[in-house]
Amino acid sequence: MDVDRAKGETYEEQHVHGVYEQIASHFSSTRYKPWPIIERFLKELPDGAIGLDVGCGNGKYLSVNRDIFIVGSDRSSNLATIAKRHAPHSVLVADLLHLPHPLHTFDFAISIAVVHHLSTPERRVEALESILQTLAPNGKALLTVWALEQEGSRRGWTEGDDQDVMVPCVMRGSKKGAARGEEVGGGGEDRVFSRYYHLYRKGELEGDVERAGGEVVEGGWERDNWWVVARPRVML
Amino acid sequence: MKLLTLNFLTCARKTCKSSPAAFPLHPRDAELEQVETEMNPVFLRNILPRLEWEAMRSITTELGLPSLPAETPDPGALLENDGNGDGEDAGSAGPSQIARDLHALLMETCIASGKLVCGNCGHEYAVKEGIANFLLPSHMV
Repeated sequence: MDVDRAKGETYEEQHVHGVYEQIASHFSSTRYKPWPIIERFLKELPDGAIGLDVGCGNGKYLSVNRDIFIVGSDRSSNLATIAKRHAPHSVLVADLLHLPHPLHTFDFAISIAVVHHLSTPERRVEALESILQTLAPNGKALLTVWALEQEGSRRGWTEGDDQDVMVPCVMRGSKKGAARGEEVGGGGEDRVFSRYYHLYRKGELEGDVERAGGEVVEGGWERDNWWVVARPRVML
Repeated sequence: MKLLTLNFLTCARKTCKSSPAAFPLHPRDAELEQVETEMNPVFLRNILPRLEWEAMRSITTELGLPSLPAETPDPGALLENDGNGDGEDAGSAGPSQIARDLHALLMETCIASGKLVCGNCGHEYAVKEGIANFLLPSHMV
């Protein structure tokens, strides 16, 4: 099977976006504790810094620092609706590859556990280009993606495993859940939803950043994720 | 969507990005609401110089709102009783009327519903329950 031709936008519509719309509030309830590394990045920004949270999910990073302005965006309108509860910032529904922002403008961007949902290498580089292009010349982006190298985690993936995986998410059936419009699974039974992820190998995110016209400032591995701080490449 | 956000939005289409007409997006059929928000004077002082002032003025005019001042206010104008206008003593002085008005206009006035229109290609993005939707139909991508 020609995997790359089968992947792409339509694949992601079914295996990423459609799933998030259905599991939005369940997903949100499991993602509430901000990560130290991301909190620190946001809190160290100068007062008045302006930036983006691309793929903001339930918006948990939007109110970490009250002295900066963040425009959050997510592909899922159900998640954006949840994120909007985090005043005072703004939230939009937008596609990461078609962001509605002026280019070369923002002091910072964060994109936390997002780029790994793009299903081809070219689309992942395109995603990074899209984010880097929003940054002013001295702006920087914090990016995190799931790591292949996570033997210690519950899922236990490790080097040598297939990097393209479907990750299940179980939503416990409940009468309360069935009453809410956006969730499927009424009648009390559990439902399993699977989302597509590309697990990044060591060094792969750095390579993608460079292919996207960026430079890596620093990076590392933490809690089963690879992270980098990237900036637009300095033209000499 | 608070009005301040409009300063940071353009048409999502790649072909419009290079056109000056794509910024700012023009509100149409907008229903506005005031959402009370805690004032942050330091934040306001920092963000004002970053705004495309003329663009924001044109938006307030289009919406029939009180106009923004002709020029970006100096930091001193944001503080009450700032005798020498240099913006110092920020810790002791409260926000001036100008600051309060700007806060009300930029941070508390929100588009609850309506459309945002690209001045270059004419595409209309819908705003519902305060959230703008910038997803493009596949033929426009």
